[in-house]
Amino acid sequence: MTAKDVWPILLFGAVAALLPVFVTAGTLMNFAIFTLILCLAAQGWNILGGFGGQYSFGHAAFFGTGAYVTAVLQVRYGVNPYVTFLAGIALAALVGWLIGFLSFRSGLRGSYFALVTLAFAEVFRVLSNAVEFTGGAAGLLIPLDQRAANFQFESRGWFYLVVLALVVLALLMTRALERSRLGAQLVAVRENEEAARAVGVDALRVKLSAITLSAAMTGAAGGLYAQYFLYLDSTIAYGAWISVEALLAPIIGGAGTVFGPVIGAVILHTLAEATRMMVGRIPGIDLVIYGILLILVVRFPPRHFASFLWRQFRSYDPDLQIVFILRIRRRRSAQRERR
Amino acid sequence: MSFLEVRNVSMRFGGLMAVSDASFDVAEGSITGLIGPNGAGKTTLFAIVSGFQKPTSGQVVWRGAEITARPPHLLAAEGLSRTFQIVQPFAGLSVRENIAVGAFLRHKRRADAIALAEQVAEQVGLTAELDKPAAALTVSGRKRVELGKALATQPKLLLLDEVLAGLNPSEVRDIVPVVRAIRDSGVTVLMIEHVMQAVMNLCESVHVLAQGRIIASGTPAEVVATPAVVEAYLGHGAASRLSGGTHA
Ligand SMILES: Nc1ncnc2c1ncn2[C@@H]1O[C@H](COP(=O)(O)OP(=O)(O)OP(=O)(O)O)[C@@H](O)[C@H]1O
Ligand SMILES: [Mg+2]
Repeated sequence: MTAKDVWPILLFGAVAALLPVFVTAGTLMNFAIFTLILCLAAQGWNILGGFGGQYSFGHAAFFGTGAYVTAVLQVRYGVNPYVTFLAGIALAALVGWLIGFLSFRSGLRGSYFALVTLAFAEVFRVLSNAVEFTGGAAGLLIPLDQRAANFQFESRGWFYLVVLALVVLALLMTRALERSRLGAQLVAVRENEEAARAVGVDALRVKLSAITLSAAMTGAAGGLYAQYFLYLDSTIAYGAWISVEALLAPIIGGAGTVFGPVIGAVILHTLAEATRMMVGRIPGIDLVIYGILLILVVRFPPRHFASFLWRQFRSYDPDLQIVFILRIRRRRSAQRERR
Repeated sequence: MSFLEVRNVSMRFGGLMAVSDASFDVAEGSITGLIGPNGAGKTTLFAIVSGFQKPTSGQVVWRGAEITARPPHLLAAEGLSRTFQIVQPFAGLSVRENIAVGAFLRHKRRADAIALAEQVAEQVGLTAELDKPAAALTVSGRKRVELGKALATQPKLLLLDEVLAGLNPSEVRDIVPVVRAIRDSGVTVLMIEHVMQAVMNLCESVHVLAQGRIIASGTPAEVVATPAVVEAYLGHGAASRLSGGTHA
């Protein structure tokens, strides 16, 4: 990694760290912390799905494992929350490795892999709802005890900084991955697995490394969620909502890019929150917004969208926009003629 | 002991014997040709030698050790690399990144891999296209990328599957010396090729495959004079008709 790779991440961290200075409103801090937690979950998905091209529909399996381990070990066995948080990350990573081992070894790809991950997450959800030690259907409450030693803080600002530090760490790790041999091989597997194997890439090992790291990151997000909201049940921990958010954010922000998940998570949540403010709390309205966004993103692939935005940002010029639209039109009609 | 030995290899796809009881050798340091009509089983043989397919029977022996059905990535690490007849670029990546994936096999640091990739790009004549996406190249450019990726793994044995197919005569003239230079740098080359001009030019020895069987082996000149080879290409009785023609 060079300075050029690192400074945008540090700059992002520094600017974001100023937020608690200006914002004291509880709801806004809640919103910011929640968004950051989702950034982390989404970055996890991005490593496997964005860089590795292995689309998971079941990242809830990792999020929930991180969350439950963090909560259950401290509530039931009195283990220090920092330790349970790390244990949650470790166990989520193990679950990731296991799901990867079972599905990649049997050669599952594409939609088959997606369905298997979805199935695993659902099984975990049903199980965690049925067994006793997770609190079952009633859920699990982490007792309020606001001491830093207890991974609970009196002010939201502190928790925000802790989450932000972890997001920055995840960004740095993703950048390091992108610049490493493993990262290059992972992208190669995404682009063409056969060709990758021909030039010496151990595709199974590369995909297993990716899913393990991916699961650890999303597991960390789960642990933070538990520690912040201090309540879990099976539909929060292992629910489809988190699988969907973890994959939508990178896809909208730019899958396979370091900042994609952050941009996506911020866009998603700002829009969802804004609509909620405008139309009130209609249940499911955020899902409607996500659906519309997803359709737009599939129709206009984010790579083009992101590079378009970037060009606009670098040299704002109203004419450019028209040129861009014309170019899309021309490309389309050319495609039509070819058919 | 030969460098590469294919021993009695057969490959059955359902009712079709794509390769049947094929045996041949490749000498170290040579450029050896594998020719034969369409559908003869040449690509299937390459897939077997490079570990992508497990033969129904028979063995592949390389440098004295049996390597039959060893996974391709291990073979690549040991120095056996192939190109694909239908080129397989990493479509979304630049030419530099494409070749660098191969270079990463022997170089852990990104800077080293990129440096090697650029060196290989020069060798195969891609320096001007390093930043272009692989998908944006011409046929000839894509063939060069295919060659570059394999070469960047720094192989001892390179299997080339029709790298000249689809190129115009002047492009063929450009790549022939590239292949020769690869051999001269110490890489043994086994190439499948339909462009006879190149085969005659490059190969010291040639094996001819027809309907899954090796029907002739020898120097290019010997092989094209073999009646069985002429018949395999032009049909039954062609050899005698041709020689009859010259008599008349
Ligand atoms: N995976 C497969 N399943 C079934 N049949 C196959 C498979 N691969 C190859 N074949 C058949 O085996 C035969 C040999 O194919 P192969 O591609 O090896 O020929 P080739 O000599 O490379 O021909 P060409 O010069 O056209 O490239 C063909 O009839 C082909 O259809
Ligand atoms: Mg072929």
